[in-house]
Amino acid sequence: MDWLLHPESTGQKFTLMIIAILLFVVVMGVILFGIDRIKRAPVWLIVTAFLGPTLLFVAFGLVYPGIRTIRTSFYNAKGTAFVGFDNYVKAFTDDQFQTVLRNTVLWVVIVPIAATFIGLVYAVLIDRTRFESFAKTLIFLPMAISLVGASIIWKFVYEFRPDIGNIQQIGLLNQLLVWLGLPPQQFLLNQPWNTLFLIAVMVWIQAGFAMTVLSAAIKAIPDDIVEAARLDGLHGIGMFRFITVPSIRPALIVVITTIAMATLKVFDIVRTMTGGNFNTSVVAYEFYTQSFRAQNAGIGAALAVILFVLVIPIVVYNVRQLRLAEEIR
Amino acid sequence: MTVIPPTSLIDEDEGPVRAAPRKLSRTEQRALAAKGRLSSPWASGLAIIIAILWTVPTFGLFVTSFRPRSEIRTSGWWTLPFNWEVTLDNYQQALFGSSTSLSTYFVNSIVITLPAVVIPISLALLAAYAFAWVDFKGRGILFVAIFALQVVPIQITLIPLLSQYVQWGLAGSFWVVWLSHSIFALPLAIYLLHNFMKEIPASLVEAARVDGAGHVKIFFQVLLPLLTPAIASFAIFQFLWVWNDLLVALVFVGGTPDVAPLTVRVAELSGTRGTAWQLLSAGAFIALAVPLVVFLALQRFFVRGLLAGSVKG
Repeated sequence: MDWLLHPESTGQKFTLMIIAILLFVVVMGVILFGIDRIKRAPVWLIVTAFLGPTLLFVAFGLVYPGIRTIRTSFYNAKGTAFVGFDNYVKAFTDDQFQTVLRNTVLWVVIVPIAATFIGLVYAVLIDRTRFESFAKTLIFLPMAISLVGASIIWKFVYEFRPDIGNIQQIGLLNQLLVWLGLPPQQFLLNQPWNTLFLIAVMVWIQAGFAMTVLSAAIKAIPDDIVEAARLDGLHGIGMFRFITVPSIRPALIVVITTIAMATLKVFDIVRTMTGGNFNTSVVAYEFYTQSFRAQNAGIGAALAVILFVLVIPIVVYNVRQLRLAEEIR
Repeated sequence: MTVIPPTSLIDEDEGPVRAAPRKLSRTEQRALAAKGRLSSPWASGLAIIIAILWTVPTFGLFVTSFRPRSEIRTSGWWTLPFNWEVTLDNYQQALFGSSTSLSTYFVNSIVITLPAVVIPISLALLAAYAFAWVDFKGRGILFVAIFALQVVPIQITLIPLLSQYVQWGLAGSFWVVWLSHSIFALPLAIYLLHNFMKEIPASLVEAARVDGAGHVKIFFQVLLPLLTPAIASFAIFQFLWVWNDLLVALVFVGGTPDVAPLTVRVAELSGTRGTAWQLLSAGAFIALAVPLVVFLALQRFFVRGLLAGSVKG
């Protein structure tokens, strides 16, 4: 029965998949119908049946590992000796990690602002035009693509060929430079600009999300406000600045914070495009290399905890804004 | 929600004037105004530039995936019209060539994704039901706790989970991938489905209860049919998330050809054969095809889910 653990052929894999789903359905079915058969089941039994499996999963997979990682972050690389805050001190003072932190800050500041700005402008421009839904789909599509796929798409755009003899550029961006009479660039190698070219990929992905949410918010602006503003002579940029933006402020904040959180955890883009070389690494990627490549569990855990701590204020702010928005509504 | 600058406060006297006889409906007016805005050449120009920037990179790689290897290496994809040579060899080679064999990984991706969508949704539905419609002590605190767990970045859980799986001898199997994806999806799934469930009028549930329906019956016969759109929108999210995931698969199964999904293999190719664009372009589109189709077909539900505040990072 080894194939239940390590299936090899396609048939075995699909069989295993179906078995897994069925097994799950049967277990859940037994629990539910068992509960149903008991007349006047006490509340605690019902709660256990409905909530028990979830709590078990969450406690095993989120709470317990989280606590263990926090503990590991105070131990040395092998996890044998307590070292206090050494890992954190190292993470904040080492040259190597300073670059990582600087890059992370760049990502978390630039991506949300740029993606939200582009998404907002685009949403306003196409609002209630004939091609609206088509235009939206175009911008939105990158959301469906994996970060790995997006990285490959952009790596090809940045592709560099040395400028000698009659070698043709095959990357679009370098070809544009050549057409403009400029020398081609190694976009992913030249520091410190390479980080910006990685950031562009994330902006490209997240703008669609910003556009969708903001577009819905724009449509929700009451008609009389828009009309009144128009009667008062507001048009174009004035309308955008004084009516659109203030009216959708809560949505803007939600979008910015959500993108910031997603950006903080970005790992795939750095790994696929540069492998963290040429000073492009970020905290989420450094966590991976320290934990699974350098076998330095202490630093890896400390970086994960730093990630966790950095997310908290963004989430708290986000939730508070959501609450406020709901109250006003 | 709305902050109105003083300039927009309507003068009372203007009311009747505005309500003069012939009037376009408000939506018509706004459509007209929007048209006026877009007919400004700057605005439409800007919109078109953004749209082009957002589509050309993908289009370029797509075109490349159909060009023969020798052509890809010597000229840009934009020269295709002057130099018409297309082939399906790249896909043939990427899918079945012995050095890439993406077809195997394609199967792995499907096998990973389906249970990783079904399991968390079912669990979350039950949990959301308990939170929404069963009155028990500590319900509020427990719900907030689950809600708060959304904050936990999965990175923080990976190492302890991995060592646990290794201890059980399960590391590198489908089972741990399913389990991990399910766990990571639960907090958000419960939160979202709970919100949708709360929107169902309590009188429906009460009526069923008076008729003598138990929890199981209420759950399946009253609530589930009403929740289908909500379930669909979360299912799409989870599907895209699992199919596109790299980190979880990389940590728990590494590069094992029998389990690793497409993303892991394609990312690996990008590292080891970074200049083999005939493989990379075809490989990328093999990985993109399924999520793109799902996304385009079910965009409506996806947008609905997005607007319900469901975004996972």
